[in-house]
Amino acid sequence: MVPVQYYFILSALLFFIGVYGFVSRRNLIAMLISVELILNAVEINFAAFNRLLFPGQLEGFFMSLFGIGVAAAETAVAIAIIINVYRNFNSDSVDSIQNMKR
Amino acid sequence: MANYVMFIILAVVILGSAVLCVTTKRIMRAATFLLFVLFGVAGLYFLLDYTFLGAAQISVYAGGVTMLYVFAIQLVGKRSLQGLMERMKCSRVALGAILSLVGLLTVCAVLMKNKFMYAACQVNDVEVPMNTIGNALVGADKYQYVLPFELISVFLLACIIGGLAIARKEK
Repeated sequence: MVPVQYYFILSALLFFIGVYGFVSRRNLIAMLISVELILNAVEINFAAFNRLLFPGQLEGFFMSLFGIGVAAAETAVAIAIIINVYRNFNSDSVDSIQNMKR
Repeated sequence: MANYVMFIILAVVILGSAVLCVTTKRIMRAATFLLFVLFGVAGLYFLLDYTFLGAAQISVYAGGVTMLYVFAIQLVGKRSLQGLMERMKCSRVALGAILSLVGLLTVCAVLMKNKFMYAACQVNDVEVPMNTIGNALVGADKYQYVLPFELISVFLLACIIGGLAIARKEK
């Protein structure tokens, strides 16, 4: 088995690549994609810690599984909101949104 | 040994695609690279012998979420997204780079100080049996997860209805 710290370093790198994308991009969909990267990094951590530190239990496994489900739901709602924003403001950049209601 | 080789291949795919995903100028390419990252993460789950988790990752993320992104990109319009006119502001790029480097250094320092990884045990490469997972998923005893499972299903339904209500065209 690959040692647990390799997984840790991989997921830390993935997490901060996601953070970089979230800060540097101004496009709503690109920011959402960066959030997906961050969520995936967290789920790798859950699964690897569970498998390599506590192989008899399944807590991290189910945390990852439910995390995948919640991420799917979050994406659906966020994309609905983005489409609505585009319809109202004719732009998909976060800078274009000045008020919550037009 | 084979595990190490697989891990290195997957790590290169994941990190390379992730970097390209956040630096590319076209949103459609970003979505495609996200797909590669998701496949790589599913490969990591297979490597950890969590076959069920890997299958769920592929079917939900790679099959569902990426498809949603592609649809949203196509719907939101040619002018603003597919050809992309996103301008990367230098100040924002620098801010993001500094923020993520500082965070990465902090996390690595915490990791180096910590001793938990010496407790890692050597597990054999056996797949976690589906029987165990199924019993834990829909059992109601201690360390069994029927309640979160049902909660997630209702939550997904609520999110679908909410998404429909938000995206509906106002008359």
